[in-house]
Amino acid sequence: MASYIPSTPAQQQQMLQALGLADWRALYRDVPDAIYLEDGALDIPGGLSELEVRQKICAMAAKNKPFATVLRGAGAYDHYIPSIVRYIPTKEEFLTAYTPYQAEMSQGILQSIFEYQTCICELTGMDAANASVYDGATAAAEAAAMCRDRKRRVTLISAAAHPDTIATVRTYCYGSGDELRIVPARDGRTDLEALKELLGPEVASVYIQQPNFYGQLEDAPGIGQIVKEAGAHYILGCDPIALAIMGTPREWGADVVVGEGQSLGMPLSYGGPYLGFMATTAKLMRDLPGRIVGQTEDAQGRRAFVLSLQAREQHIRREKARSNICSNEALCALTAACYLAAMGPAGLEQAARQSMAKAHYLAGELTKISGVELVHSGPYFHEFVTTLPRQAQALKALEDQDILGGLPIREGVLWCVTEKVSRAELDRAVNIVKEVCQA
Amino acid sequence: MKLIFERSVPGHGTEYLPPCDVEEVALPPHLRRAAPPKLPQLSESEVSRHYTQLSKQVYGVNCGFYPLGSCTMKYNPRIDEEMAALPGFTNIHPLAPGYTTEGCREVLDLAEKLLCPITGMDAMTFQPAAGAHGEFTGVLLIKRYHDARGDHQRTKIIVPDSAHGTNPATAAMCGYQVVNIPSAPNGCVDLDALKAVLGADTAGLMLTNPNTVGIFDENILQITQLVHEAGGLCYYDGANLNAIMGVARPGDMGFDCVHLNLHKTFATPHGGGGPGAGAVGCKAHLARFLPKSALMDGQDDHLQVRSFHGNFLVVVKALTYILTLGREGIPAAARGAVLNANYLMRQIRGFQPAFDRICMHEFVLDLSRFKKETGVSALDVAKSLIDRGMHPPTMYFPMIVHEALMLEPTETESRQTLDEVAQVYGELYDLAHQDPDYMHGAPHNAPIGRPDEVRAARDPVVRQKL
Repeated sequence: MASYIPSTPAQQQQMLQALGLADWRALYRDVPDAIYLEDGALDIPGGLSELEVRQKICAMAAKNKPFATVLRGAGAYDHYIPSIVRYIPTKEEFLTAYTPYQAEMSQGILQSIFEYQTCICELTGMDAANASVYDGATAAAEAAAMCRDRKRRVTLISAAAHPDTIATVRTYCYGSGDELRIVPARDGRTDLEALKELLGPEVASVYIQQPNFYGQLEDAPGIGQIVKEAGAHYILGCDPIALAIMGTPREWGADVVVGEGQSLGMPLSYGGPYLGFMATTAKLMRDLPGRIVGQTEDAQGRRAFVLSLQAREQHIRREKARSNICSNEALCALTAACYLAAMGPAGLEQAARQSMAKAHYLAGELTKISGVELVHSGPYFHEFVTTLPRQAQALKALEDQDILGGLPIREGVLWCVTEKVSRAELDRAVNIVKEVCQA
Repeated sequence: MKLIFERSVPGHGTEYLPPCDVEEVALPPHLRRAAPPKLPQLSESEVSRHYTQLSKQVYGVNCGFYPLGSCTMKYNPRIDEEMAALPGFTNIHPLAPGYTTEGCREVLDLAEKLLCPITGMDAMTFQPAAGAHGEFTGVLLIKRYHDARGDHQRTKIIVPDSAHGTNPATAAMCGYQVVNIPSAPNGCVDLDALKAVLGADTAGLMLTNPNTVGIFDENILQITQLVHEAGGLCYYDGANLNAIMGVARPGDMGFDCVHLNLHKTFATPHGGGGPGAGAVGCKAHLARFLPKSALMDGQDDHLQVRSFHGNFLVVVKALTYILTLGREGIPAAARGAVLNANYLMRQIRGFQPAFDRICMHEFVLDLSRFKKETGVSALDVAKSLIDRGMHPPTMYFPMIVHEALMLEPTETESRQTLDEVAQVYGELYDLAHQDPDYMHGAPHNAPIGRPDEVRAARDPVVRQKL
C-alpha cells in the first residue's frame, strides 16, 4: 500500500494549486482522452502492506527447493561465498548509486571498478578489461562483434561451447547480419582439423570455451597457433576459478578473453544477476564495448578515476557505436572484486584445486559402478560427462536425498563438483547412484 | 585513497575452506599456470575497511537528492532487497528440475501478469539484462516479424534526434539503417518530417514518450498510425514510463513492443551501473518471437539474448515493489513524479526551462543565455551542486538543447526537499553573476577536483601495474 511518496495528499493539492492546476487530469492534459486511464482503471490487484507482500513473496520462495549438495554446473556454479562478500555489496551507497557520471562524487565506485579491471587483467594476463557486460554469453557476443572489420566478418564458435552462449552469439549475428559457423566437436573437444578447414580469409574470430561445456580442457595453446596462422582473432571464454591454476589466455595467444564471472562470489539465483567479464590487449583496448574506468589526476595532482575512452560509446557515437551497452553489472563486478580480495591468490587457488580434485574423485568413484563410464577421453577441470543407466531414477533418488545430481544432456549426464562438497557427501551420492543402477 | 593492491601484504589472508579431503590432481603441464595471479593479500578486517572507506566516496539515492534526468533515481525500498536475498531464491540452480523451481516460475509469471496490464502488452520476457539490452531485444522482434512475413525490403529504423544514444546504436546492431528525424520546435515528433521518411523500406520507429525533453507527445496516436500504415512497427523506449504508469499505456498508444527499465521505473537499485533488468513486452503478433534459453527451453531457431532467464533477482525486487503499490499506488507514483517535476521547475528561480509549459516527470533547463551573461556553463553549475551536497542533474542531454541540465526529481522527494533544492539553484544563479570564477573551479569540497579527462583518454591507464 506504500508508494514511498513523502508528501501528504493535502500537500500535493497545495502543490497543484501553486501550479494553477485544478486536478490531476490537468497535469496530464497532453494525454489524449482516448487513452487516459481513469482512477481505478488499471487492471491489477490493489496494493498490499509490507507485511502481506513479505508473506506472499516468502510463500513463493518456499515453493522452491534448494539442494544441500549441488553436483550440477553447466554455466552456473555453486562455489563457496565468504560472508563478507555477501555483505559489502549491500552497503546502501554502492547499492543505490547510478553509473558514476560525476567523478568527483563517485570516486569510491570508480576506484572499485578500476581494482576489478586490474584483478581481471591479472587473472587473464591481459592489458585491459572493461567494467563488465551482462553475462558470459553476451560477453562472447560482444567479443565477436569487436573483432570484425570490413573484410573479415565471419565468426567461428566451437560446438563444445555452452549452448546458451552459442544461441546468444547466433542471435547477435542475426541482428548485425553476419555469418556464424559452428566448428564441430570430436570426443567432447573442438575438432582441430575441422577448424583448420573453416578458417578462411573471411573469418574474423574464433570463440573457444576453456574448459568447455563438457568440462573438457581444450588444447588452447595449439588452437591459438592455428587461429594466428589464419590471421583471425582468438577469443577465449574462460572459467575464472580455473584461471587460478590454468595458464593465462595471454600466453595462449588470446586477443580477447571473456567469461561468466558468477563463480566469483555470486549465488546461483536461478540464473542472474551474473557477470560478464571482458579483457583484451592494449592494441584492441579501444575496441572494447561498455564502460572502462581510467586513472588520471585532478588539477592539484591528486589521483582520480574517471569513466574513460567514452568516444567509443553510444551516447557519443550513436549509430556508429559498435555496441549499445550502457548499464552493465557494476555491483556484480564489485562483488567479484570483494571475492577475489577476500579469497586472495591462495584461497582462489584452493577453490580451483579442490574443485578439480573432487570432480576427479567423483568421476573415479562413479565409474566403478557397472554401466557408468566417462563419455570423453580428454583432461577435464571440474565437470565431466558420464553414461548413466536408469538415469532418470538415479537423479530422482539423489534429489530425494537433497542432492542435485548432474545435468541430463544428449551425451549423458554432465556432473560438476566444487570445493563446497566434502568427500563424505560425494560418497553418499555415489552410493545412492549405485543402489539405483544395481537394483 | 590507497588502492586495494597498495594495502596488500604478502602472507595476509583469511582461510575460508577446509583442507582438501581427496587426492590432488594436476593439470596437464602445457595448461598449467606459471605464476599465481597478483591478487591482493589482505585479512578480512582489511578488506572490510577498504570497502567501507570506498563507500564513503560514493553518493547514492539514500545519501540525498539525485535528480539525474532519464534515470529515475527513486528510493529503493529495503523490503525489495530482503525478498531478493531469500535463500529460497538465491540458492536455486537455473537448471534444477522444474518441480523444484515452481516458486521462481511463479515470480516470473506473476511479474508478467502485472506488467502486461501496466504496459498494455500481451506477453513479456525477462531475459534482457538492462535497458539497452531490452531495446536490442525489442528491435530484433521487429526484425523477426518482417522476416517471418518474407518482407525483406524494410531496412530502415526511424529515430528522432532527441532520442537516447542507445536507440540509434541499437538499430545499427540489428542491421538497420538509422533515419534520424529532426524534432519539431516544441521538442515533439515533427509529423511532416515523419511522413517524409515513411515508406516501404520502413521497418519501424523507436520512440520515447514522454520524450527526452519531458513532454508527452500529444500526437502519439497519429504517429503510431502513420508508421503502421506504412507497414512498420512501433517500439516504445520505456526509459520514461515512470511519468505515465497507470495513467496511459504504450499498448493503447499503438506501440507493438516496449522495454521496461525495472531498475528505474520499478525501484530496483542501480548498483553503480547495474545489474538492471530490461523486461520486454510485446503484442500478441510478436509473442512467438520472444527469446528463450537453449539449455532451459530446448534448442531450436529461437532468439536468445543472454544465458538462462535473465537477472531473476532483479525481477523479484520489482515484483515486490509492484505488489506493494498495486492498482492505486502505481498511478499515484506517476502522478507524484509529474507533480514534483512541475513544482520544482516553477520553484527554481533564474534558470530558464527549455520548454516553458507543463512537463511530465522531468524537465530541461536551457543555460545558453545564462552562459552568455555570466560565462558560467551547465558543467560549472553541475560541479557547484556537488559542493552543495547534491547530485547534479543529467548534463548536455538531450542534444537538441544547448547547455542542457535535465532534472528528474521522482515522486519519492518531499516538498521540503524540492523547496530546499530550488533555494540552492537560486543561490547558484546569483553566485554565477557575482563570482563566476569560483564556479569555474568547482567542486571545491569534494575528495577530488575536476579530473583531467583528456589525459585519461590520451594515455589510458586502465589497470594497476603490479
